[in-house]
Amino acid sequence: MAHIPSDRIGKFMRKHIIPGLVLLFLPLVTEAQLRVFACEPEWAALATEIAGDLVETSSATNALQDPHYIQARPSLIAKVRRADLLVCSGAQLEIGWLPMLLRKGNNPDVMPGSEGYLEASLQVNRLGATGGNDRSQGDVHPEGNPHIQVNPHNILLVARALAERMSRLDPPHAGRYASGLEQFSQRWSSAIDRWQQRGAVLRGKKVITHHKSWIYLQDWLGLEEMATLEPISGIPPTAGHLGKLLNEFRDESGADFIIRAPYQSEKASEWLSNRTGIPAVMLPLSVGGSSGASDLFSLYDDILDRLLNAGKQ
Amino acid sequence: MRILPLRILWIILLAIPALAPAQADPANELEALKHELARMRTDYESRIAQLEQRLDAAEQTGTSSQPDNGQANFSPGTESYGNMASTGDRGNSGFNPDLGVIFHGQGWSYSNNPDDYHIPGFPLGGEAGPVPEGLALGEVEINISANVDDKFTAWLTAPLVIEDGEAGIEIEEAWIETLKMPAGLSLRLGRFFSNIGYLNTHHAHSWDFVDQPLPYQVFLGSQYLDDGLQLRWLAPTELYFELGAELTRGEGYPSGGAVNSGVGAYTLRARLGGDLGFSHSWQAGLSYLHADSNDRPAGNEDDPYLFSGDSDLMMAELVWKWAPNGNYKQRNFKFQTEYIHRNEKGSYGLPDDRLLPWNLDQDGWYMQAVYQPVPRWRMGIRYDTLSSDNPAMDFADTALMPGNSNPKRYSVMADWSNSEFSRLRLQYTQDRAGDKDDNQWGLQYVFSIGAHGAHSF
Repeated sequence: MAHIPSDRIGKFMRKHIIPGLVLLFLPLVTEAQLRVFACEPEWAALATEIAGDLVETSSATNALQDPHYIQARPSLIAKVRRADLLVCSGAQLEIGWLPMLLRKGNNPDVMPGSEGYLEASLQVNRLGATGGNDRSQGDVHPEGNPHIQVNPHNILLVARALAERMSRLDPPHAGRYASGLEQFSQRWSSAIDRWQQRGAVLRGKKVITHHKSWIYLQDWLGLEEMATLEPISGIPPTAGHLGKLLNEFRDESGADFIIRAPYQSEKASEWLSNRTGIPAVMLPLSVGGSSGASDLFSLYDDILDRLLNAGKQ
Repeated sequence: MRILPLRILWIILLAIPALAPAQADPANELEALKHELARMRTDYESRIAQLEQRLDAAEQTGTSSQPDNGQANFSPGTESYGNMASTGDRGNSGFNPDLGVIFHGQGWSYSNNPDDYHIPGFPLGGEAGPVPEGLALGEVEINISANVDDKFTAWLTAPLVIEDGEAGIEIEEAWIETLKMPAGLSLRLGRFFSNIGYLNTHHAHSWDFVDQPLPYQVFLGSQYLDDGLQLRWLAPTELYFELGAELTRGEGYPSGGAVNSGVGAYTLRARLGGDLGFSHSWQAGLSYLHADSNDRPAGNEDDPYLFSGDSDLMMAELVWKWAPNGNYKQRNFKFQTEYIHRNEKGSYGLPDDRLLPWNLDQDGWYMQAVYQPVPRWRMGIRYDTLSSDNPAMDFADTALMPGNSNPKRYSVMADWSNSEFSRLRLQYTQDRAGDKDDNQWGLQYVFSIGAHGAHSF
């Protein structure tokens, strides 16, 4: 074996090994920020709006993923292990993977029931609770529909709970969380006024939705849901069901929009749109769901832009 | 596995609803209710006052900023009484514990007689080998789980099975696990599928093929299941890094006889994992199993080969999953491969009553890929194979002498899932493990009712 001079080993150590080890254990050293693990991107965005650089946020899902169906990936288990606060929509949206992350994450601080676990949908009045639990009606949500983020008033309610929770977990910065909430609430309330002015013309419009992802938006703007492209909740659109819808909505007079989320296949809504003339609209369901929806404010701007533009055509 | 009479299950099931109210003391409960009502009233009153204030404020801003567009028509989200409990509930149902039943049936057709199935060089132990031919109920698996209190959670998997025409209940898994250990540690006690390898912890209903690959069948008796304790440590790093160790009784294949006063086996494991962008994720691991055995049976039940000595298994696993943008519902792909090496040192008691020394290396591996091109439909291919060194010539003409070529199989499968709770599968396997190629067709259904399960990666 060739002799390797010890100074070369030392140099190699200095250049590669030591920086590598430092990088590996850096997360252990920089403990300054509160680590917020959001199940959905809207809650990560909300934490940043309120707390700015006091928090380090990450989201388990992005807006191009159906949050009910992601995998309990190793990277997410590692994130749960290091989190100080979990913020999730709840109402069984994450039931297929979050319990597994919690079981494998070995982090007592974020277990359900602890300070570090916040279920956003518990902060608002949940709509669409089926009460019963008969799955022949689809993958129903007995505790209510979990897609609460598309009524801006709900965002404000969750913001209050989130700010309170962050200041309890990080008391030295309680003042900054309170003032962050105050500033956000003011900006958000005036944005709501603006959105409601713009959205007033949408009142009473009839919508067909891909999945029941929009009932809070419908409730807020006063939209009327005529049908869903899914035959029952959670079952992808079938040819038979679409044929029935085509019979029901022969032309564009039956409804004003066909709405889908970015993670739902466009095929079904385009098919029905092409045959009926009802415009198909993709609406971002969360931050990052469209190129326009880069934060919570532009999310609502973009939803309204898209609905109002489609209405003009 | 010990079979309890079916009527014990009935007693358990009937007793569950009766237990819940029985725990509460009526006097205390009345007191608590009164207290709760009073609390709710004050809470409501303050809340209504708050709401009135906000309504006033909203009306003022509404009239000032936009006098004529009917602001009040917009529905504000309202706070729910869920808010009164400042910490979230997990609320799967009003019923504690979570109860789920999985109907797991399968039917097989073989071109060879499954009763004669054997793999030269690898007498089968544990649950390995083909299931009987024809349509069968298979397993009805009952899962019961709940948090015991703030520090412990409990899990029970109890399949109802038909064996020799008799219905019975087995205890497949029954464990409790800590929820609040510090420093990223957790401890599990009871009976569990060992955390070695990738497939070993997966229950049969979550497999991507109807049966286990050959290395799992011959080296782990399909799946290594035993009683004991398991310690896991998860590193606080960006990269997923987990270490695990188990101490077990040593009764489940490949251990046997519960030697060393019932501490016959231990395992060690390290696992890494992470993401590459939004679309790719991976997991890799190494595990080690050491088992001390005494008269561990394999092969023909009435005339078994009995091994006594040390088994050392090294296992390596790699799993890679892909979905465009990580949106699994539409389209996804999964690749997995595992390698198992086994060294056994000790002695074999043969059916002809000879006792011969034994020291042999064997290994095997499989790889499989499953693709979901559109929601609900998936298809998969799998290749699995084994190889063995040659034992001493004394073992000629015994089941321990490997054949001339390595045992291997080719499998394809297709499955359809109407929803998350139902799956139908068809599998074809060309089995070249024995002396004569076997064409095997498998049909399987998996239906689940009750609590919505969560699946591991």
